[in-house]
Amino acid sequence: MTDSWEHFAHDADIGVRGFGATMAEAFENAAVALTAVVTEPASVAPEVAVELACAAPDRELLLAEWLNALVYEMATRRMLFRRFRVQLGVDSLRATAWGESLDVARHQPAAEVKGATLTALSVGQLAGGRWCAQCVVDV
Amino acid sequence: MELSRLTQVSDYAWRIEPEGAMRVPGLIYGDQDLLEEMDDKVYEQVRNVACLPGIVGASLAMPDAHWGYGFPIGGVAAFDAEAGGVISAGGVGFDISCGVRTYLTGLSSEAVKSKQQLLADRLFAEIPAGLGSTGRIRLDEASMTAMLAGGAAWAVGEGYGREVELQRIEEQGLMRGADPQAVSQKARRRQRDEMGTLGSGNHYLEVQGVAEIYDDEVARGFGLRLGDAVVTIHCGSRGLGHQIGTEFLRDMALADAELGLALPDRELACAPVNSPLGQRYLGAMRAGINCALANRQIIGHLTQQVISGLFPQAEPALLFDVSHNTCKVEVHELEGRQRELYVHRKGATRAFGPGHPDLPESLRPLGQPVLVGGSMGTESHILVGAPERQARALGSACHGAGRRMSRHRAAKLWRGRQVIDELAGRGILVRSPSHRGVAEEAPGAYKDVAAIVIAAERAGLARRVARLLPLVCVKG
Repeated sequence: MTDSWEHFAHDADIGVRGFGATMAEAFENAAVALTAVVTEPASVAPEVAVELACAAPDRELLLAEWLNALVYEMATRRMLFRRFRVQLGVDSLRATAWGESLDVARHQPAAEVKGATLTALSVGQLAGGRWCAQCVVDV
Repeated sequence: MELSRLTQVSDYAWRIEPEGAMRVPGLIYGDQDLLEEMDDKVYEQVRNVACLPGIVGASLAMPDAHWGYGFPIGGVAAFDAEAGGVISAGGVGFDISCGVRTYLTGLSSEAVKSKQQLLADRLFAEIPAGLGSTGRIRLDEASMTAMLAGGAAWAVGEGYGREVELQRIEEQGLMRGADPQAVSQKARRRQRDEMGTLGSGNHYLEVQGVAEIYDDEVARGFGLRLGDAVVTIHCGSRGLGHQIGTEFLRDMALADAELGLALPDRELACAPVNSPLGQRYLGAMRAGINCALANRQIIGHLTQQVISGLFPQAEPALLFDVSHNTCKVEVHELEGRQRELYVHRKGATRAFGPGHPDLPESLRPLGQPVLVGGSMGTESHILVGAPERQARALGSACHGAGRRMSRHRAAKLWRGRQVIDELAGRGILVRSPSHRGVAEEAPGAYKDVAAIVIAAERAGLARRVARLLPLVCVKG
C-alpha cells in the first residue's frame, strides 16, 4: 500500500479521496485521508492491529460502510489508525487497520469525524485505469 | 451563487422557481451580498430538497446557508405525512439536536475579567472537550435507556441542574415519542463514556459579555443587561447521535433503492413518515434529541459549578436552549389552513414569535430567544422570534455565522498558536487541546455573523436583541 490520497474542499466539512491501482487500494488510501482529517497520519504508530468487516450492496455504499466502521473503531477504542489492508469480497470487505491509542498531546487531534456522508460519494476508475474512492465526511 | 437564476422577492428573499422534478419553489433569505457569497451548491441543494415527496410550502434556506450534505446547512423543509411526506436522516444530519444554550450569570463582564485566566483554566479542566475526551458518567444499559427517554429531565433527576431550568428548554427538556429500543447497541456503545462532553469541530463553551442591546424591552424580559456576562454552550448528541444518523442514512438509502425512489443526491435518503422505517427513525432520532438535551444539561451544570466556585455572588439561570439539527412535528398555517407538518431544520433554529403556545409562560409575551453563534473571535447574537412572518419561514431563523472557507484552507492560512495569541491580545482567552483544531476554526474562516443577523431581521425571521463578545472560549 502506497500513500496516495487527498482532501477536497467542502464548505462546512471535508472530503476524503483515496487513489490506488485497485479498488481495494483506493479504499485503503481513503482511510488514510480519513485519519488525516484528525491528525498527521505519520504521527500514528501502526502498533496494534484491529480486524474489521462490513458489507453493502454496491461499491459506493461499501466505501461509506468502510469509513464508518473505522469511525466507530476510532471512537470506541479511542485509537487512530495509520496503515490499512483491505480485501474485497462480493458486496463486502474484510480489513486490518493498524494504529495506536490516541495521545492528545502528540496527535493534536483537529476534529472528530462524526460519520461518512453519501455526498460526493463515488468509487470508480479514472482515465488510465487508476481507482478513486471518495466522499464528504462530517466533522 | 449566480443570482440571475433566482427571482428577487424582496431585498432579503430570493425565489427559485419550480422546474423539473421540483414539487415546490425554493426560497433563500439574505441580502444580495450574502447570496452572492453562497456556494452554487446551496442553490443545487435547495432545489434537490424541493424534489422530495410530500414537501409543502417551499424548500427554505436561511441567511447563513452553506453547502451541506443532502440538505444545505441552514435548510428548512416541512413534509405532510398524510400527503406521502418523508422524514430524512440526512435532512437532520449526524449531530442530532446539536444546539446552543445560554445561561445568565448574574455577573458583570468586569467581574469575570478580574478572574478571567482562572475561569478559563477551570472551565477547560472541568468540561471535557476534544476528540477522545470522556465524561465522568458511565451509563449502564438501564440508565442509558432512561436517559434516552428522559432527556434533560433525566439529567435533572440525576442531580445535574434544577427543575426550573427545564421550562427554558425546547420540549421542556424532554422530547416525547422517543423510542430507546430503536437505538442500536453500537450507538449506545459510542455514548457510554461521552455524556457531558463538548465534542470537537465547531463546538464550544464561551463566556461572553453583553456588548450591545438592540431591544431594551425584550432584553429586560430575557434578563440581559449591558455589561452582563453570560455563558453559551454549543454541542450535540455526541457519538450516539452520530451513530443513529449513520445507520439510518444507510438503511434509508437501501430502502430508497429498493423502492426505486430516484433522488438527486443519495444523501437525501428518506423514508415515508408513515412507514415502519420512518417511524423507527423518528423514535431513534427523538431519543437522540434527548441525549443532546441531557448532554447540554450536564455540561451546563458543571459550568455553573465552576462559576459559582469562583464567584460566590453568581446567580446562574438558564435563558434558553435551542436545537438546530432536528425534525419536529409542528402545526403551521399553510394555504389558509392549519396543518401538522414534519419540519426538518438542518443548521437552522426555531424562532417562534410572541404568543406561541409552545413557549413557556415567562417567555410567551416576548417570543423565543434565538441563539446565534458567531466565531470565537468575533461576536454572537441573541435574537427573538418575530411573529408576522412565521407562516412563511415555518418559524425558523439562522443558527450561526456559517463558514467562509473550508477547514483545509483555514489550516493552511493560520497556525493555532498564532490565533490563540492574537485573540489573547484582544482579551479573549482560548483553551483547546488542539492547535490545529483552533486553526481550522479561526475567526477568519467564518462569515460576518453581523450581516447574517441583520439579514434575518430585515427578512422578518427574527429581531436582534443583544450582541455578545467573547471573553473565554473552550474549544473541542
